[in-house]
Amino acid sequence: MKREIWKGSEAIAEAAIRAGCRCFCGYPITPQNEIPEYMSAKMPAAGGVFVQSESEVSAINMVYGAAASGIRAMTSSSSPGVSLKQEGISYMVGAELPAVIVNIMRGGPGLGSIQPAQGDYYQATRGGGNGDYRTVTLAPANLQEAVDLMFDAFDIADQYRNPVMILADGLIGQMMEPLVWKEHKPRNLPPKSWAADGRKGRDHNNFITSLLVEAADCEAHNRCLEKKFQEMEDKECRWEEIMTEDAEVLLVAYGTPARIAQTAAEHLRKQGIKAGVFRPITLWPFPARRLREIAEQRSVKVVLDVEMSLGQMLDDVKLAIGECKPVRFYGRVGGSIPTVSEVEKAAAGAYEEVK
Amino acid sequence: MNKEIILSGFGGQGIMSMGKNLAEAGVEEGLEVSWVPSYGPEMRGGTANCTVILSDERIGSPLVEAPSEIIVMNRAALHKFEPEVVPGGTVFVNSSIVPDKVSRKDLKAIYVPCDEIAAELGNGKVANMVMLGAYVGATKALKVETIENMIHEIFTGKKAKLVLLNMEALHRGIECGSCTE
Repeated sequence: MKREIWKGSEAIAEAAIRAGCRCFCGYPITPQNEIPEYMSAKMPAAGGVFVQSESEVSAINMVYGAAASGIRAMTSSSSPGVSLKQEGISYMVGAELPAVIVNIMRGGPGLGSIQPAQGDYYQATRGGGNGDYRTVTLAPANLQEAVDLMFDAFDIADQYRNPVMILADGLIGQMMEPLVWKEHKPRNLPPKSWAADGRKGRDHNNFITSLLVEAADCEAHNRCLEKKFQEMEDKECRWEEIMTEDAEVLLVAYGTPARIAQTAAEHLRKQGIKAGVFRPITLWPFPARRLREIAEQRSVKVVLDVEMSLGQMLDDVKLAIGECKPVRFYGRVGGSIPTVSEVEKAAAGAYEEVK
Repeated sequence: MNKEIILSGFGGQGIMSMGKNLAEAGVEEGLEVSWVPSYGPEMRGGTANCTVILSDERIGSPLVEAPSEIIVMNRAALHKFEPEVVPGGTVFVNSSIVPDKVSRKDLKAIYVPCDEIAAELGNGKVANMVMLGAYVGATKALKVETIENMIHEIFTGKKAKLVLLNMEALHRGIECGSCTE
């Protein structure tokens, strides 16, 4: 297969089209404007619809409508824009609609900065909208993974009839890297017999809503959703283990910081400190069980969580590890990216402290 | 091989595309590559820089703290990035615009009058291609042939008339880069 060099945002958009996405609605925001730009150029030729909406709120609700008709639909934005979409995401979970939402994160809170950040972890994994809901959250660390995950994202969304989020920091969106377009094996997906795509000889109208006024009905609906969330937790967890077999310092990071942590771990090993990296690929469901197993290894002295936030995934790391090993944190925020030497220093410091 | 390069200058000097050319040529030669841009909210006239890594091995961090080479197309770039270069590294200076010399003694300096050469060739826009040539000539990190093929691929159709100009710019740069040994 031929290696091609792509820019992150454009690769994500191309992957979506190849995965069968036929409706893109979005509103521009840096640093992900290349996604709508690419979609506007390529989607019509793919037989799909591109809409530059008047706002993020309308974009997510257009996606709601498109998804309800049974076609694969998506939207993309960056942090402040994704905040505006939260209501729509909650409604889609309630109405059991599949869709993909891409968040190319920038510095926050508020309008923040336009440089890479990871401050939307809580929003993505806990749900920024109302109600008890979950969205599978996929966090690529390189462009090959970003395009591969786009195919999976649409499949997961269709399989569970639930929105899926791609959570990438601005660097993934802006950088260029080689990738190959692999053959994607689609999942065996159920037919969309629920779609509001015309009567088609059925004896009833398909009706899509998130409104269940009777408490008992709404509770029953929530129990059904709970079952789906449980199934996602059981089946969709993904992670990568890098040099963890004999690690004394276990670095935990996702997205770009995971790559920085990997280089830092290689440097640390040259200095005689055995470091390894645990990289969650799904942030929800969080690969807690596996992280716990690795942390329990006798070799592991300390765990260092590295993020471009003030420590959000840190909660999940601590929930997974509990009291079994000490957990430390290093983070940069607001659009600043941790350097390899900063991470090395934090890891060496943590190691010295517990040795 | 592991080349960690920072390219820097004004927006509009073709910094980003020079970096892209390096990365694309690297892919062509089967290397692992990464290209990371960094620019302010403004485009033309602001500072623009990008980081390119060319490597035999999987690239971890695509960001670089101690570059093996820097390509500086304006004065600010020299002052900003010279202190970061790894000892023994190389600084490529566009001497048409930057009057200063490289001050560190542990670095190799290559001065390339990019804009003067481009003006001689009749088109100021190829200054970045002169610099790309100098980089390839001095480091031998990529094959000249790969860059030549790329120029043929970039300039097609209406732009095909620019092939010759860019070839000349490339080779004038290679001369500058390779005769400084």
